[in-house]
Amino acid sequence: MRPTPIDTSPPVSDEVKETTCYMCACRCGIRVHLRDGALRYIEGNPKHPVNRGVLCAKGAAGIMKQHSPAKLRKPLKRVGERGRGAFVEIEWDEALEIATEWLGKIRETDPKKLAFFTGRDQSQALTGWWATQFGTPNYAAHGGFCSVNMAAAGLYTMGGSFWEFGEPDWDRTRYFMMFGVAEDHASNPIKIGLGKVKANGAKCVSVNPVRTGYSAIADEWVGIRPGTDGLLVFSLIRELLLADQVDFGYLARYTNAGWLVIQDDGAADHGLFVRDEAGNPQCWDKALDGLGPALDKNANPALIGARTLADGRRAVPAFELLARRFLDPAYAPEAVAERTGLAADTIRRLAAELAHAAFQEEIKLDLPWTDFAGRHHDHMIGRPVSFHAMRGISAHSNGFHTCRALHVLQALLGSIDCPGGWRYRPPYPKAAPPAVLPTGPVSAPGDPLAGPPLGFPRGPEDLLVDEVGAAQRIDKAFSWEAPLAAHGMMHMVIRNAWAGDPYPIDTLFMFMANMSWNSSMNTTETMQMLTDKDPSTGEYKIPHIIYSDAFDSEMVAYADLVLPDTTYLERWDCISLLDRPISEIGGPADSIRQPVLTPDRDVRPFQDVLLDLGARLGLPGMVDDRGDALYPGGLPDYMLRHERKPGVGMLAGWRGAEGTSKGIGAPNPDQIDRYIANGCFWTDAIPEDAVYFRNVNQAYRTYGEAMGFLDTPDPVIVQLYSEVLQKFRLAAQGHGAVQPPASERDRVAAYFDPLPMWYMPFEESVIDRDAFPLHALTQRPMVMYHSWDSQNAWQRQILGSNRLYMARSLAARQDIGDDDWVWVYSHQGRIRGQVRLMDGVNPDTVWTWNAIGKRRGAWGLDTDVHEATQGFLLNHLIGDTLPNDAHSNADPVTGQAAWYDLRVRIEKASPGDAAESWPQFDPLPTNTLHGGAPAVLRYGADFRGDS
Amino acid sequence: MTDLPSKAPARKLGLVIDLDTCVGCHACAVNCKEWNSGGFAAPLTDTDPYGAEPDGVWFNRVHSFEADTHGKGRTVHFPRSCLHCDNALCVTVCPTGASYKREEDGIVLVDEDKCIGCKLCSWACPYGAREYDANEGVMKKCTLCIDRIYNQNLEEAQRVPACVSTCPVSARHFGDLADPESDVSRLVADRGGRPLMPELDYAPVNRYLPPRTYRSQQSPLNATADSVEGKFLQWVDRLLS
Repeated sequence: MRPTPIDTSPPVSDEVKETTCYMCACRCGIRVHLRDGALRYIEGNPKHPVNRGVLCAKGAAGIMKQHSPAKLRKPLKRVGERGRGAFVEIEWDEALEIATEWLGKIRETDPKKLAFFTGRDQSQALTGWWATQFGTPNYAAHGGFCSVNMAAAGLYTMGGSFWEFGEPDWDRTRYFMMFGVAEDHASNPIKIGLGKVKANGAKCVSVNPVRTGYSAIADEWVGIRPGTDGLLVFSLIRELLLADQVDFGYLARYTNAGWLVIQDDGAADHGLFVRDEAGNPQCWDKALDGLGPALDKNANPALIGARTLADGRRAVPAFELLARRFLDPAYAPEAVAERTGLAADTIRRLAAELAHAAFQEEIKLDLPWTDFAGRHHDHMIGRPVSFHAMRGISAHSNGFHTCRALHVLQALLGSIDCPGGWRYRPPYPKAAPPAVLPTGPVSAPGDPLAGPPLGFPRGPEDLLVDEVGAAQRIDKAFSWEAPLAAHGMMHMVIRNAWAGDPYPIDTLFMFMANMSWNSSMNTTETMQMLTDKDPSTGEYKIPHIIYSDAFDSEMVAYADLVLPDTTYLERWDCISLLDRPISEIGGPADSIRQPVLTPDRDVRPFQDVLLDLGARLGLPGMVDDRGDALYPGGLPDYMLRHERKPGVGMLAGWRGAEGTSKGIGAPNPDQIDRYIANGCFWTDAIPEDAVYFRNVNQAYRTYGEAMGFLDTPDPVIVQLYSEVLQKFRLAAQGHGAVQPPASERDRVAAYFDPLPMWYMPFEESVIDRDAFPLHALTQRPMVMYHSWDSQNAWQRQILGSNRLYMARSLAARQDIGDDDWVWVYSHQGRIRGQVRLMDGVNPDTVWTWNAIGKRRGAWGLDTDVHEATQGFLLNHLIGDTLPNDAHSNADPVTGQAAWYDLRVRIEKASPGDAAESWPQFDPLPTNTLHGGAPAVLRYGADFRGDS
Repeated sequence: MTDLPSKAPARKLGLVIDLDTCVGCHACAVNCKEWNSGGFAAPLTDTDPYGAEPDGVWFNRVHSFEADTHGKGRTVHFPRSCLHCDNALCVTVCPTGASYKREEDGIVLVDEDKCIGCKLCSWACPYGAREYDANEGVMKKCTLCIDRIYNQNLEEAQRVPACVSTCPVSARHFGDLADPESDVSRLVADRGGRPLMPELDYAPVNRYLPPRTYRSQQSPLNATADSVEGKFLQWVDRLLS
């Protein structure tokens, strides 16, 4: 019996459109195959610099996101009580009139009463600018609870960081070490890179309390106790220093190791660098046997030895201070073994392996280069040790200093932007820190802010505080509570707005931020704050809430006005170098999204709505002299014509009237067409002699200047010793014009140490550790990381409920078995969930998958789904403030939310407890707001050749 | 019952899957679902997709489990799909001839026009690779993307199974395992690729590459001083000052 003949060459699609994925923050290039205008297949674009043809599970599930029944259909106006989810559908004209009325009144009276926060936003170049033009400093995206410790520590130390600022030289590295990495923004690039590391036979080490995902394939898993990564790094550094496995030449030339630091305890300049009259840092020059400019071509700085200055005071090289800090016996492997949960021998061996890779496997490229000082080098020397770190070290209250320590380790090994090491992604490196300052409230309503809301303070005078030292921003970013809060503190907005501290606001305007569920710490109370009323007036304490989302997330029910967004396949977007770049280590890159489908609902792209609102409000830069909209075509119009400064726009490619300029050039009316013709992205290759050591490479400085990337003409010298931090400490010690209020002095003095330090995470240090003996972590699975509407038909089949994972050894002590239900207690409250036992987890740690738990009725799901009945959030257990005082549960330097500091205890649920997760909340009725869900999904049946 | 090809296929197309690099991201599984939802065996029906018991047809599933590696609990991510066995009992048990193994390349397929949905094949498959579509009443399975690998409408580089094309860590390889000189055969030879459960005598074509063992490369560090002050004195002597 012969089989029915089959067609092995059927037509795939009748149209292929290239655009950019948005199933997470990775921003891969995709090719979207359409049949009769419907989605047939989404694949990676082989030519795209980010993903080179591959696509992850999220990207491939984009089809189901597009067909999600949770998509909102029309603007909504709340009826009834806030939080109940009762709405009426309204027309866009009415919705925009309501928003214009609320926002118009605010702008006329007190613009800072608008708090505009965008969660999973990738258009901060637009949204931040919009806030600036409106005149509110109360703007940020979600970086404050994401990874600002990482970003700030790197930017203040070396003008770049892990994450979107840089990545390992995957092709050449011999030793790759990751800290606290589960998944990452750079989803596919890291996976591609891990494949290369493995194929090249290089070693891959994962430092992580949990052995899942990338840790699962690491050649070595280092199951550290949460919050102690800094101790491990300190101990590694100590071992390397003791054995002289340090690149002293690199330190002398390209770090501030040789800069002299004034030692005059009690003086206003104690701990600052010795500088000449022009402000140039000075070293003790061995050739001169005296003071000399540290950055001079012929400088020969001493790294050790106290010197006496002309005024009789002492000064020592920064390296000496640093070495004394790290050589402290308190950081010997044996001394940190118990606290880290690692064997001393393991720490010693890891240090030896780092040294071996850096110095015995040195790479020597026949590429001559010249550094900033004019020193010519015949070769580029690579120390092929690379690092990547993420939230596991960032989301702790000691994260900033831990990240700093890791960068110091990179510098000691001479492995910054070298062959085989960690590499910058342009437009980074920026100055350390970048030369952008945060901007406070306007003096006259109607004016735009004098600068951008977010930036990088260089000293106390740059803080956003009033005469008595009180915060000027609603989230208290850039106040004495969180001076270097470079990404804002979205996690504090709702509490502070509810409490009217430092002042009440009028309208909370949010985009793609699920603050009433998995994007808040202390979720239960946050939900109450959103609906709480002032008993004296009967009005909501947060008077107005405007929310934009494409989907029926848990947050929708808490809005007064809902502005429904499109999906990523239905709109234009701009992934700009002014925002969060997609650049690769070999050169800058930016990209766009183009609409490949037309919405079948009455929804509008959020960015178009924002520009429309701006025009209705008459915001400067959004209307012309007659008050007409400057960008009536919405975002594509803005991408094409807006200039941030002359010649610099949203997109760097094909600028100039003829499209022949890059980086800087006049607007080009054909620019978007050029992007579309090139797969919706643009890249540029950096010249060969400029491709490494870019923080100090003269050829790169020239290139970067021509492209408009440099914020200062100076080289980016690695700041092992941070004078910026010392300036804050001096203020706390009573020096200078801007000093912290008495209540903050001790804290600022303690944590603004110019050298990396380690301290016990705050929650652990103040709670009863016997009552809460365990660490509790939450991480997103690869199949859903950063994926909005991840409970779509395909992704939820892979992961539809979460468990509390714990070590078999720990469970055995408490007579807990697989599938048992347990209560998890923290100082904040309790939750109930179901257990799964495993071996690959630090024995003092429990963990779960985050944001699998959903509220009944949300996300277009039935009310009895496992996500709601068995899924749970750890968020209810995590305080938004510290257990013992009103400070944010955050890093004291950057304000980074410290959600990995959580401590818990586990108690087996009693037989009478329901086999259901707890807490449960009233089901949201909002599934009436979107389309009905099919009982059977036969997607693709129509595409079959024979149907 | 149904016969296997009378002589061994000249080509044995199959997959080589590297368990040393698979991070369990499910890219292969979802891309497979996406391609095949509109392909040869469409649809890959999902039932109760937004309800309490969502279920669906997947040709490729990734199982994650812990294997004890000296008490450290290594999580193994194990992608599972049809192994296109030489001795495919799923074919020989088929009462209608719907299941068959292609002579030209060894791919095992289901002819849905002949399938009566009796599920004998799924009972015969020890690897759990068969996927019954209850809504359509027919058995479905991995086709090795029969509608991609020869498809003249795709660029040549794309003529590989969707799971291979999309794998971000390059853990999946496709080729002719009958040709000892092919890239996949060399990979199997170099890395000690293994068939799955060979003792059952189904003679699977696909191979799995086992995790590698990495040997530490280092020389023990020699601390050159026994105290902090000693270290500083040494540095002073060694021209750092």
